[in-house]
Amino acid sequence: MSKTIFEKSRPGRRGYRIPENDCPVETIELAGMRRTPIGLPEMGEQDIVRHYIELAAKNYHVDKGIYPLGSCTMKYNPLVNEEVSRLEGFAGLHPAQDEEDVQGALELIYRLERALCEISGMAAFTLQPAAGAHGELTGIMLARAYFADRGERRKIVLIPDSAHGTNPASVTICGFTPKTIPSNERGLIDLAVLEKEVTAETAVLMLTLPNTLGLFERDIAEIVGIVHANGALVYMDGANMNALLGIVRPGDIGIDIMHLNLHKTFSTPHGGGGPGSGPVGVATHLAEFLPVPRVVEAGGTYALSCAARKSIGRVHPYLGNFNVFVKAYAYIRALGGEGLREVSENAILNANYLLARLKKTYDLKYPGPCMHEFVLSARNLKKFGIRATDVVKRLLDYGLHAPTVYFPLIVEEALMIEPVETESRETLDHFAEVLETIAEEAEKSPEKLHEAPMNTPVRRLDEAVAARCPDLCCSEEAG
Amino acid sequence: MSYIQNTDADRKEMLAAIGVSSFDELLEPIPEELRMKGAFELETPLAEGGVAELFKDLAAKNRPASALATFLGGGIYDRFIPALVRYVTSRSEFYTSYTPYQAEVSQGTLQAIYEYQSLICRITGMDVANASMYDGATALAEAVLMASGIKGGGKVLVPRALSPRVRSVLDCYLAARAIALEEMPCTGQGTLDLDRIESALTEKTAAVILAQPNYFGLIEPSQELSELARRHGALLIACVDPISCALCAPPGEYGADIAVGEGQSLGIPQSYGGPLLGFMATKSAYVRRLPGRLISGTVDVDGARGYVMTLQTREQHIRREKATSNICTNEGLCALSAAVYLTSLGEQGVREVAEQSFAKSHTLYRLLTRTKGCRLPYGEQFFQEFVLELPMPARAFLKTAKANGILGGIPLGEQFPELGENALLVAVTEKRTKQEIERYRDIVAGKGGGR
Amino acid sequence: MNPEECKFTKEHEWVYIEDGDIAIIGISDYATGELGDIVYIELPDVGVKVTQMDPIGTIEAVKTVADLYSPVSGEVIEVNGKAVSSPEVVNKNPYDQGWFIKIRMDEPGELEVLFSYDEYRDFLGEQETGKEDESEDK
Repeated sequence: MSKTIFEKSRPGRRGYRIPENDCPVETIELAGMRRTPIGLPEMGEQDIVRHYIELAAKNYHVDKGIYPLGSCTMKYNPLVNEEVSRLEGFAGLHPAQDEEDVQGALELIYRLERALCEISGMAAFTLQPAAGAHGELTGIMLARAYFADRGERRKIVLIPDSAHGTNPASVTICGFTPKTIPSNERGLIDLAVLEKEVTAETAVLMLTLPNTLGLFERDIAEIVGIVHANGALVYMDGANMNALLGIVRPGDIGIDIMHLNLHKTFSTPHGGGGPGSGPVGVATHLAEFLPVPRVVEAGGTYALSCAARKSIGRVHPYLGNFNVFVKAYAYIRALGGEGLREVSENAILNANYLLARLKKTYDLKYPGPCMHEFVLSARNLKKFGIRATDVVKRLLDYGLHAPTVYFPLIVEEALMIEPVETESRETLDHFAEVLETIAEEAEKSPEKLHEAPMNTPVRRLDEAVAARCPDLCCSEEAG
Repeated sequence: MSYIQNTDADRKEMLAAIGVSSFDELLEPIPEELRMKGAFELETPLAEGGVAELFKDLAAKNRPASALATFLGGGIYDRFIPALVRYVTSRSEFYTSYTPYQAEVSQGTLQAIYEYQSLICRITGMDVANASMYDGATALAEAVLMASGIKGGGKVLVPRALSPRVRSVLDCYLAARAIALEEMPCTGQGTLDLDRIESALTEKTAAVILAQPNYFGLIEPSQELSELARRHGALLIACVDPISCALCAPPGEYGADIAVGEGQSLGIPQSYGGPLLGFMATKSAYVRRLPGRLISGTVDVDGARGYVMTLQTREQHIRREKATSNICTNEGLCALSAAVYLTSLGEQGVREVAEQSFAKSHTLYRLLTRTKGCRLPYGEQFFQEFVLELPMPARAFLKTAKANGILGGIPLGEQFPELGENALLVAVTEKRTKQEIERYRDIVAGKGGGR
Repeated sequence: MNPEECKFTKEHEWVYIEDGDIAIIGISDYATGELGDIVYIELPDVGVKVTQMDPIGTIEAVKTVADLYSPVSGEVIEVNGKAVSSPEVVNKNPYDQGWFIKIRMDEPGELEVLFSYDEYRDFLGEQETGKEDESEDK
């Protein structure tokens, strides 16, 4: 157990100091000054360093081992990308600077947008959204502007039952009504159901491609056809783009709006929960609604333009998470077109390799081949009193990270596994071996799974207490 | 350059293990006619050295504010950042880790964010804070949605003296919902017109937004506004500069219901405006309405203290369409930066940053009041930024200033026509020196002299 | 409350009739079993009018949220503060200290459409079998 910074604080200790003030002023009374101490800790630099080193040691991370989390695409974060993003020429820019002083930054944004267009087949991109969910919100706002412009009042957004929770949440934030449509027995969108559900009231069909089961919608052409025939739009959640690079271009198959996750497909680090970036791409008929400003180019000079009269406005105070763009663009320039195609090929290969082996030990509801991820079920272990949670907690004892559990909702005791293309075969073999061992343990010594994890910095945590009586802030007395 | 480790030999064996003779068989579920034809038209791939060169060149095409004497503010500030911040956030254990859903192997992140939440509570004087939003503008938008959810009512009062970019984001978010923003004008002194606010408050008002300091850098009458809001049953949303809270009464002290703001000043480089850090805090009573992640202390099965994500039933992955927000990935590493910054500077250090920003901005202000042709319309009740009216168009002055290595400020005339094209927003942080401040005055004097 | 004297809904609420037209409402032990540790409960205020099978509140467990449906129409006359302040009591005693609200019924006849104790147990049995069928590989 680590003490908090408040518990380690001692009065009078100082850490970082700014230079002496060379501009003293005699005291000016500001109306409403703070009369109380702030309550920040007081520690010396060495103890602060040790504090964070101590915390760091308790974290699993991609540089330590595999993260087979479905739909998270936890691939290797290239070191050179971290380095270049820290160049002062990028990090030291203030967003209000003159265009002539930020030509490199504007060029980078412009080129990244064009690269994403080429990769996805969409006509234009905005890089403003700061995360995938933010991109979804932006996408729905674009749809809203599109229909408003045409004088159409459409309120419904159709979402498959396998969708990520951000999908319906984004829809509601935007004032639309989400409607769930059930998947068929193959885990895909049911064409007959879709025919019935899409009406003149439907604004958007929101789908993930491949879907959260790692399956490609075989009937996507018909699906798009049905939606378009009713004057509605197709939104693609691009979280699973790692399966499609160089194989399918969403823009080519009729997708109207989509988002990408730079912190997934494009290797920017996850940061323990961000920052990410969720660029949104659109087909030509939606480009005029994109957020402003847009980067434009003329004769080799870059500028910001707010000319688009029908733009939805701003979803971000500036141009988006610029520092993240630097890393994503570095990744694209390192890989090139061929390299990107290889990403998806290897991602699909790795997933099918694991699937072929693990389906012998765990339940598989939807038969393969899969794309870059697949969903197993641990329900075959239910008879030993074991649930998916127990399996993944036991994985932690073996020094591996768990896959995603209990998602998608349509698979009982779901284990969603995405082994990413940067993992070597030996890592995959080891991961499979451990999962097989755990299945055996489930039968022969289930208590090991129930007790798990036993080798981690803390053991299973009481989430009920945390939810009933949350302790969200270190109290002043404790510190 | 690729980061794929498996070789053709590996792949051959893997295909055999799967039981297919070629990779193409795995693409069977994708109809042929939908597949991409041909190759991407992208630039030739680069080896690591090539990437480094390319980006060095791109960066060299920029002239970063941090390398000049910059007086640019308006929400993003040039501040000292301790080496410790970069050291901690460059550790793989923090930046390459995932969201802490598996708490047992994420205690580092979880405790660091718990500490961040606590530090935000200290700074703002509020009861609970979340683990971050994207930035101050979207945090304010979410605060408005939260207030509207608590209080009901379709109207929110917003000050004119609010960052135009923040206002744009607000307008965009609220256009999608039936919530109307009513703009409250400033008085001649540049602060809120409390009488106008009083007459605008009705039972339909869900909330009043306070910007503290406001966009012109001025300190608003927060206590009076808070009482006004309460008397009319409206919630108070305070949108604050975090460093200013070391010097000025924080939102908790004047009874704000929700506090939000831009945390870039807390150890995050200017980064051309992203990533940023939206902080959001509220009273205990409203904790279940708060969007975003929340980390709680708890115990494990052995009774050892640990940390875990909690109240997840508010969030999208469980509540789905009824969630308090759709936010998933937030600004985790930026929150960590802020926690390290606040810990590293500590109680005294943060106070000094605030005091020096205050002292230096007032030093420049006073020099300019004695400089011919300058008009300082709004008085001295400001924190670190003020409005300067030059004797010539702001843009012309800025050109001269830049030629002298100074970024003079943000022109205000376009977004605030009532101030005119000679008006400039000038920010002076703790990073500016006496020489830079005097040089600024000299440049203004050089231009304004002889009248 | 004796479960055998209660009526039940498809959504696992139980109703116990006290003094003619007062209905006491709670959730069944099956529901608490499925939910796991209950951490938070939202109930309607006293005086609120409710309609049969309308959602009137929420029950939160750590990882799930369930809607609470009113088994009968009427007016809420009492709310169990203990259940709200200490939701664990609902897990421990769903039929007793874990009651939620009391309603003065508009239409006692509405009870006819609800399950008796035996009918509810049959219903639960069917649910379990249904689940097993779904589990079989195609």
